Amino acid sequence: MTDTAVAQPVPLPAAMQEIADDFADLAAPQRLELLLEFSEGLPELPARYAGSLDTMEQVHECQSPIFLVVEVADEPADQPDDRAVHLFFSAPPEAPTTRGFAGILSEGLDGLTVAEVLAVPEDAPYRFSLGEAVSPLRLRGMVGMLSRIKRQVALKTRS
Amino acid sequence: MPESPDLSAPSTGSASTGSAPTEPASTDSAFAAYAHPERLVSTQWLADQIEAGGVGGPDGIVVLESDEDVLLYDTGHIPGSLKLDWHQDLNDPVLRDYVDAEQFAAVMSARGVGRDSTVVIYGDKNNWWAAYALWVMSLFGHEDVRLLDGGRAKWSAEGRELTRDVPQVAPLAGDSAYPVVERDDAPIRAFKDDVLAHLGGPLVDVRSPGEYSGELLHMPDYPQEGAMRGGHIPGAKSVPWARAANEDGTFKSREDLEAIYLQEQGLSPADATIAYCRIGERSSHTWFVLTHLLGFDAVRNYDGSWTEWGNAVRVPVEQGAPK
Repeated sequence: MTDTAVAQPVPLPAAMQEIADDFADLAAPQRLELLLEFSEGLPELPARYAGSLDTMEQVHECQSPIFLVVEVADEPADQPDDRAVHLFFSAPPEAPTTRGFAGILSEGLDGLTVAEVLAVPEDAPYRFSLGEAVSPLRLRGMVGMLSRIKRQVALKTRS
Repeated sequence: MPESPDLSAPSTGSASTGSAPTEPASTDSAFAAYAHPERLVSTQWLADQIEAGGVGGPDGIVVLESDEDVLLYDTGHIPGSLKLDWHQDLNDPVLRDYVDAEQFAAVMSARGVGRDSTVVIYGDKNNWWAAYALWVMSLFGHEDVRLLDGGRAKWSAEGRELTRDVPQVAPLAGDSAYPVVERDDAPIRAFKDDVLAHLGGPLVDVRSPGEYSGELLHMPDYPQEGAMRGGHIPGAKSVPWARAANEDGTFKSREDLEAIYLQEQGLSPADATIAYCRIGERSSHTWFVLTHLLGFDAVRNYDGSWTEWGNAVRVPVEQGAPK
């Protein structure tokens, strides 16, 4: 076994890799513009969660009040790993960076299977070329979101 | 002990230089009771300046937005304002320190700020980062830099215009470029060794009560920014920054501020005082209050704050609620 084999990074899911490539192709200021597009494209919270943030999980790693909840499909009943995962976020408009992080995770992960979501590497947030434009400190918020998403998926399928 | 630093330089004599489009003392009579009223402007005053064409252009006021959220400016900002990001523009990318004289001059020139420009800063989160940017500009001795009272939230709440138009600024160059001026940290910035030498003197801890007592290692609802130990610097008074602010984010009146900092906490404007928080942004807000609103002579901001002190080996730490 060689060192290079050990160092191979865990790949991102295809949709997420596509987003990462889009960011990588841009210069730093344009990366912020794309992040703003993700912020504005974050899907609205469905009515069943509106006004009931207590049924969602707050992401304490974020510098703004953001809440998320994960839903896992019931089917196929005998193959929990193949069930589809759906993500829902609540983040205020005055926190566009946090909304942008949520938008990336939503577009990159929503609809994937349980097994695919659980396989997303922990360092995925650092693969969007945002460290320079946003600062590594601020990226910790996305790390917190991702780990809470994976934890919720595991709790809902591994009991 | 540095010789009594004159932190109030702009308040003496500058009003008589005359040629500036804005008279420092004329911002708003509501501020008149503060020690240095020319350091604050109201949303109405700024709106009037914009209306009158006094923002931007040569000799115009430069309005800067400095936010915690790096994208907020891009979602809409006060017409004519420019973004100044605390992380990208004011911090060195490698060293834990602020930018150096040349980098600072470049950041200023790119925004059309000359050494004599009147600069108004505003931002999100009760102007924490705006106050922090103002403090960093003060390290470089920029004389006329002011805060928009109430910040971005008040401007928005009043239904005032926000725009996505980013002004095209011709960077200052040649003789009009911002001069390369060395930072003078000593009067208003404290390092860890300065704090150690100051122990026993007045210190103000502006963090939340839980951070002060040591129950929490970071502010409520904020990311963990890694401190090995919880508590406060021995002898520090606990005065959370928000006590200086009204509900709408504006500063409390001088009378109310004196009731808190002087009568209740026993601080004195004549004493050298050090303020700190977690990384120096909330204590910039309190530094502004003590220095410019209450007229303290020698306040230093310890920007290393708890992320340094709470990780330093064998520095004294006190735990528990305020006595």
